[in-house]
Amino acid sequence: MDLKTLTYIVVGLSFALYIGVAIWARAGSTKEFYIAGGSVHPVVNGMATAADWMSAASFISMAGLIAFLGYGGSVYLMGWTGGYVLLAVLLAPYLRKFGKFTVPEFIGDRYYSNAARIVAVICLIFISFTYVAGQMRGVGIVFSRFLEVDITTGLLVGMGLVFFYAVLGGMKGITYTQVAQYCVLIFAYTIPAVFISLQLTGNPLPQLGLGSNIGDVGFLTKLDGVVTDLGFAKYTSGDKSMIDVFAITLALMAGTAGLPHVIVRFFTVPKVSDARISAGWALVFIALLYTTAPAVGAMARYNLHTTVNSALATGGDVFAPEASLEGESRPGWMKRWEATGLIAWEDKNGDGRIQYYNEKSKDEAFLTKAEAAGWKGNELGSKAKDGSFDGKVDRDIMVLANPEIAGLPNWVIALIAAGGIAAALSTAAGLLLVISSSISHDLLKGIFAKNISEKGELLAGRLAAAVAVIVAGYLGYNPPGFVAEVVAFAFGLACASLFPTIVLGIFNKKMNKEGAIAGMLTGLLFTMGYIVYFKGIFIEPMAVNEAANWFMGISPEGIGVVGALLNVAVAYVVGKFTAPCPDHIQHLVEDIRYPRGAGTAQAH
Amino acid sequence: MSKPQDFDSKAYWSATLRLLIITLVIWFIVSFGAGILFRDVLDGIHLGGYPLGFWFAQQGSIYVFVALIFWYAWRMGKIDREHDVHED
Repeated sequence: MDLKTLTYIVVGLSFALYIGVAIWARAGSTKEFYIAGGSVHPVVNGMATAADWMSAASFISMAGLIAFLGYGGSVYLMGWTGGYVLLAVLLAPYLRKFGKFTVPEFIGDRYYSNAARIVAVICLIFISFTYVAGQMRGVGIVFSRFLEVDITTGLLVGMGLVFFYAVLGGMKGITYTQVAQYCVLIFAYTIPAVFISLQLTGNPLPQLGLGSNIGDVGFLTKLDGVVTDLGFAKYTSGDKSMIDVFAITLALMAGTAGLPHVIVRFFTVPKVSDARISAGWALVFIALLYTTAPAVGAMARYNLHTTVNSALATGGDVFAPEASLEGESRPGWMKRWEATGLIAWEDKNGDGRIQYYNEKSKDEAFLTKAEAAGWKGNELGSKAKDGSFDGKVDRDIMVLANPEIAGLPNWVIALIAAGGIAAALSTAAGLLLVISSSISHDLLKGIFAKNISEKGELLAGRLAAAVAVIVAGYLGYNPPGFVAEVVAFAFGLACASLFPTIVLGIFNKKMNKEGAIAGMLTGLLFTMGYIVYFKGIFIEPMAVNEAANWFMGISPEGIGVVGALLNVAVAYVVGKFTAPCPDHIQHLVEDIRYPRGAGTAQAH
Repeated sequence: MSKPQDFDSKAYWSATLRLLIITLVIWFIVSFGAGILFRDVLDGIHLGGYPLGFWFAQQGSIYVFVALIFWYAWRMGKIDREHDVHED
């Protein structure tokens, strides 16, 4: 059976599964629509949270980023897992005890202010749409590359599917389809990793394989040698400064804990103690992928380099002409993926062979040797949007083409397609749900149409979800040029706005609404301003995005940490000079601090 | 909403905060400590083929996070029962 047919079958089967689950678990009430009836088992919720959290970026892009960043990629590994510790100890159990439906609802009630609730809705909508656009794009890309349909068709199929189960099933439908999607995506991710680890190191567990030997030397030692032989920075050191690594990791952790679509998952479990344990289960399921990813990245990088330069594996002379791969005899996967532009070859020195190395190396001795060998620049990269040669191999290829690079059978490749789609769809659905509930529950029911009936609210929720799907599809088809940049934006904003405000609301019962609103706005505007200043979203950047220009050497990815500190500082100062927090709110805060009497969430 | 009559909310909250601080100290040490600030020192030691600091940054911190949450949930459950504010 050819690859395309096989891929259609595997992806088709996975879709049939999701649709079946969605029909079985459709929502009948607002409580089922917003929080799945508040009766989800903590292990099931953990699995759904894992699928909700692990997006197309985790599945498709992360291992590739790690492959090229080496140690620097650790910021994603620690940042996107450590946030669950913060969730478990600072947020989840208390918000569960509070027992309402949405994150803005907590902020509005705790700070006795509709203004605070609206600011929270704005933060939430911005963060969530940013994310969802990336997911829809991911669905379109996987469709177009593996199933060879055009990106619009892929998008429409993805939108239709998400529409079906998010609009029909609400949180309940999403929760159980996410469980199915988790199973598909984790299977698809780990199978190729096991095979590749076995091939390279003889150890079937990628987590151990990365620390094993290849031949007589440690794999990482060998990889360090391979990349430095080509003039790249040592794999296990990377080239980010310590303060920046520190700030980015912290921003991603606090950002993770402040993401509304993750927080809201902990409203669905029956008890406060379940919320704590459920965060642990979520991290178990996430860790399965996150501890595999560094092995996938490192091994894919090794395979790529040793394929292009055969002397690297054997320890021969890398500059010998015959060491470089002959362009004509390049492997089939390279030719196939060239069609997508993710990888491209340009024979700069006209020798008919591919030289892949770091032409901007800081190692002068290496550059001298490269020049003496007649290398005239790096020849392996990708195709830029305007069709010109870009000297960077697209990061995504490290996961997408991984099974082909390792020569694995076709069904494994088909599995990767299904896994990528599962990762994107599950995250998109979770995001669409928080967007729609913030509109139907926070804006309509909470502020602008208080008399709306339960049925009317459910209908409004479904309509809002439908509109959100269409907007997301449009953004996925017509991505604003800055989709990649705004990922940092979403985390930075969550870290600087929602996270500190919620934590202060629980741990400082005297914090008043003036302090909270001033703090949230400060964090939001500072972080937004800093990112726009360097990344130039909507406008031209005002300064070159490089370490010399950064505040204390912190890149825009990590600046949310400074925003969060400013948020807290401003909140305290403003809180000192304005009317104190009323007594009944202080009692409310005392009440959410202990578990007894949680009950399931009530509408009002 | 049954708050027990003799519930000592101050004692409960300080026990909770004590556990929270211990948890966050461990959280900080394995990631920011071992994986970032003291990585260079730890990289001198090897765990199998892994330099230790690198291992903490890409593997070890995640394993500790998982164990830490379960440990925290278990200890919180104990505190809840001691102060008679547990559910059911």
